[in-house]
Amino acid sequence: MAYAAGVDVGSTQTKAIIIDEARRIVGRALIDTGANVVLAAENAFAQALSNGRLQEEEVEYVIGTGYGRYRVTFGNAQVTEISCHGRGAVHMFPGTRTVVDMGGQDTKAISVSPAGEILDFCMNDKCAAGTGRFLGAAAAALEIPLNELGGLALKAERPVRISTTCTVFAESEVLSWLGKGKKIEDILAGVHRSIASRSIGLLRRVGIEEEITFTGGVARNIGMIEALDRGLGVRVNVSDDSHFMGALGAALFALDHIIASRAPTNGEGECIRGTLPESTQARPTRRR
Amino acid sequence: MTDQTTKESIKNTFSVGRGNEEGARMFRDWFKLLDETAEEGRGAAYVFVMGSMAEVLRVFDLPVVFPEINSLQTAVRRVAHEYLNEAEDYGYSPDICGYVKADVAVQLGGGHHPMGRIPRPALAVLTNACNTYIKWGEIWERMYRIPVFTLDVPGTRAAGAQTWPGDPDFESDRAYVAGQIKELIALCEEVTGKRFDIDRLREALSHANTMSRGWKQVIELNRSRPSLFNALTDGTIYLGVSNGFRGTAEGAGYFEELVEEMSYKAARGIGTLTDEKYRLVFVGVPCYPIFRRFNEMFAEWGGTFVNSTYLWFAAGGANLGFEYDLSEPLESLAEGTLISVRDAMDSMFYQDRALIEMIDPFHIDGIVYHPIKSCRTVSTGLADNRRALRQSRDIPSLFIESDMMDRRVVSEAQLKNRVDAFFEGLASRRVMAERRE
Repeated sequence: MAYAAGVDVGSTQTKAIIIDEARRIVGRALIDTGANVVLAAENAFAQALSNGRLQEEEVEYVIGTGYGRYRVTFGNAQVTEISCHGRGAVHMFPGTRTVVDMGGQDTKAISVSPAGEILDFCMNDKCAAGTGRFLGAAAAALEIPLNELGGLALKAERPVRISTTCTVFAESEVLSWLGKGKKIEDILAGVHRSIASRSIGLLRRVGIEEEITFTGGVARNIGMIEALDRGLGVRVNVSDDSHFMGALGAALFALDHIIASRAPTNGEGECIRGTLPESTQARPTRRR
Repeated sequence: MTDQTTKESIKNTFSVGRGNEEGARMFRDWFKLLDETAEEGRGAAYVFVMGSMAEVLRVFDLPVVFPEINSLQTAVRRVAHEYLNEAEDYGYSPDICGYVKADVAVQLGGGHHPMGRIPRPALAVLTNACNTYIKWGEIWERMYRIPVFTLDVPGTRAAGAQTWPGDPDFESDRAYVAGQIKELIALCEEVTGKRFDIDRLREALSHANTMSRGWKQVIELNRSRPSLFNALTDGTIYLGVSNGFRGTAEGAGYFEELVEEMSYKAARGIGTLTDEKYRLVFVGVPCYPIFRRFNEMFAEWGGTFVNSTYLWFAAGGANLGFEYDLSEPLESLAEGTLISVRDAMDSMFYQDRALIEMIDPFHIDGIVYHPIKSCRTVSTGLADNRRALRQSRDIPSLFIESDMMDRRVVSEAQLKNRVDAFFEGLASRRVMAERRE
């Protein structure tokens, strides 16, 4: 039995997934990225191995993704998180045609074909408006743990309208609403809707086509799921493993490579396999 | 080996890459001439790439200065920030055209420029092809109290609604432009004290004809597989000669030889990349602050730019290959100016139709749109144009934003992430297409 792994080094958290040849997840890990990106990737991979009760030698191919993908020094290749989230989303929800990936510092809208090809994508630029960081700023201003924000937002009765999408100004606007006596739940609902609105703007740029799958770390926030559902007018697909979607996509690409290196097959997702040998990016030799 | 011997050697042995080498040499010579002009205290004609009217200015022996080219050179030489900072300290907003700000800093510094000293203007000639040109000219007018001549060129009224010779609207527009050219000639006579010589205009027009014909041929020759030159990098060198030497014998000779070089490469299958995998079109203005690196992000994947709207509009529409009728120089100059400058504007605002038409003959795999922060004129409509194009043709495209001058708004890591994802998509699409076949 061969295993394939994907390591997604995000700005906030690093995720690792190991899958078997049947594309079942057999190991996973989620850790804070911190300042040492190389170490974060190594630790996440080691924890995923431990979680799957596997030895490193059993994992035949590793792909790094995320903003720190070139720091996965033990990996065999790199694929962008854009391709990986698209691939992971189509694998998890085969009807997916549009993906919204909300991470710590960026939000992506991705249009995918039924085969998992990336048709178009759009991301926020050098501004963290509409990303997880915006939620972090609101949580800090309200002194509420990040993982409680979504639940509180769902209890809102009269959500306020947050006019700024700037993460830096979010804190002062939240405080100004507090000063006006608004309930925390109503303010939080406004924050979530503001981010959802910004993300939907990105989605419109690539074209919104159902089904829509919500991925990334913020997909664990039930308030954000509700805000997207409300803004889009449809229910978005969300998996318990949504925050692992980039790592899962990377692992699926890694498995494609393993299968392709044996013999041509008609397996799922072979579409990307041609990209790996063509990439001229530095591919460090595995050293672990 | 002396420069002259080197030149002779290049000419005699026929070197692939001659266009780049000669272009660089001519550029240095041009700036040397400008430096000498500045040292002698003489003025130059300040002009712009979209409608330089160089053909007229050559008649009066006025050296031409292209402030747009001066500015982009500061970015390519990685010192643009020094100029931008100086202009912003002076009071210009970070949000306005980076070319303007770099030029303002050059003027404030007495013409100091990395390629030599830039002479002060004796007059400025501009068109309405870019709205910023007009405000830019006003700056020199205030600084130097020089005459600023604005040539108002009627543009296309709506996409696909261009008029042509014989059409009453066109003839009316031509007469309007011809009247203005006569006013420009009178102004040049006044500024230089020289009389207009129509035979010298014919000579300049003849050289311009050779250059426009060559420019069109060079661009069309890049239909070859593999492509003969990179439209983003090599093309920008050719473009510089097209502008800086328009209407000169040297410029004409350069383009004749460039056609010869490209034909030679086409006949022998000599490409710009050793392994060309993806043929792309570039839409917009280059990212000069990381000019080489920007291209490398594509070349690393085997991608090369075979054409670019920049080679159209920044050549003032010379890509059309319009040739003047030397028996009616003034009328024909008016017609050519009208058609070419109009086309330059169309290449910025209505380029989707031209792009669709070139996808098949140029074997295009993808289109790269590059809107830039400091030029809204060329960038504003690109998102809509891209959407319109995608409704007509199923072709992958990439939309990446940076700047032509300002390093502060160029994020190499973010650009690379998007470029990599674009190529992953192209590769995936190709594999799937092969499987379907």
